Amino acid sequence: MSREVEDLNRRLLRARDAMDRAYAEPLDIRAVAAVAYISEAHFIRTFRVVFGETPHRYLQRRRVERSMFLLRETDRSVTDICLDVGFNSLGTFSRTFREIVGEAPSEHRLRNGPMLAPNCYQMAATRPSVAATRPLVAEAAPATKSSSFGEATAAAAP
Amino acid sequence: MIKLNVTSVMVLDQDEALDFYVNKLGLEKAQDIHQGPFRWLTVRVPGNPEIEIFLQEPGPPVQDEATAAQLRELIAKGAMGGLVFQTDDARGLYETLKARGVTDFTQEPVAHAYGTDMGIRDPFGNAIRILQPAKFAQAATA
Repeated sequence: MSREVEDLNRRLLRARDAMDRAYAEPLDIRAVAAVAYISEAHFIRTFRVVFGETPHRYLQRRRVERSMFLLRETDRSVTDICLDVGFNSLGTFSRTFREIVGEAPSEHRLRNGPMLAPNCYQMAATRPSVAATRPLVAEAAPATKSSSFGEATAAAAP
Repeated sequence: MIKLNVTSVMVLDQDEALDFYVNKLGLEKAQDIHQGPFRWLTVRVPGNPEIEIFLQEPGPPVQDEATAAQLRELIAKGAMGGLVFQTDDARGLYETLKARGVTDFTQEPVAHAYGTDMGIRDPFGNAIRILQPAKFAQAATA
């Protein structure tokens, strides 16, 4: 039984990796499910059991993380960044960003500058959990500067 | 004085792990000691004998069967951490890995200010990052 679970988990991980690689492209859930060799409905259900969220939400958080990165690191407009990370309407992007991060994209840019950390660290460490499920501590903080990799804040990470 | 000597990565099958880490990634076997059901199997980077990686397969006598089953499921969903290596030629290594049949790239080589990095997974789901620090690129073009 356990070997079957291992095999399923490994295939789901491969599909999740595929979403991470192609986050900016339109989500083709059937193609992603095919990476795991399972049906679309079974994929959505089991992905949620194994990773704790739907594939759609997982992809949204990756896209929002990448948009946070571009807001911090570049001068590109919010509209350009919205399209860069795979959203096709500014309204959906702004709503999703606010729902997940707890602030508007422009506010995030104002409060955060470039982060001196390797990209893979940023992708892992700064991918937002959904704001509604955690206290909005960030709201109370004064204009925080991004941590530099290697300083105390980053060192506290696992 | 203290220094890192052995770290470990959890794998689902030690023979398959040895094949991947030696024949695909390019490490070399260091120690391989059998003691009943326990196998102390380590690999290391050639020319870097100070640090060995223990390819640890969960199970008795170290873990009970139920614990091992939980670990195996976590390994397969990529939840057990991973390894970071450095290279002086990320793109060359990428081509070498592809030629050796590695398909599980989480990220093809990408250039950043700090260097060029890429990501792969071992056959079991463990994440491996490989970085070519920018200083190597500068040295190569200087």
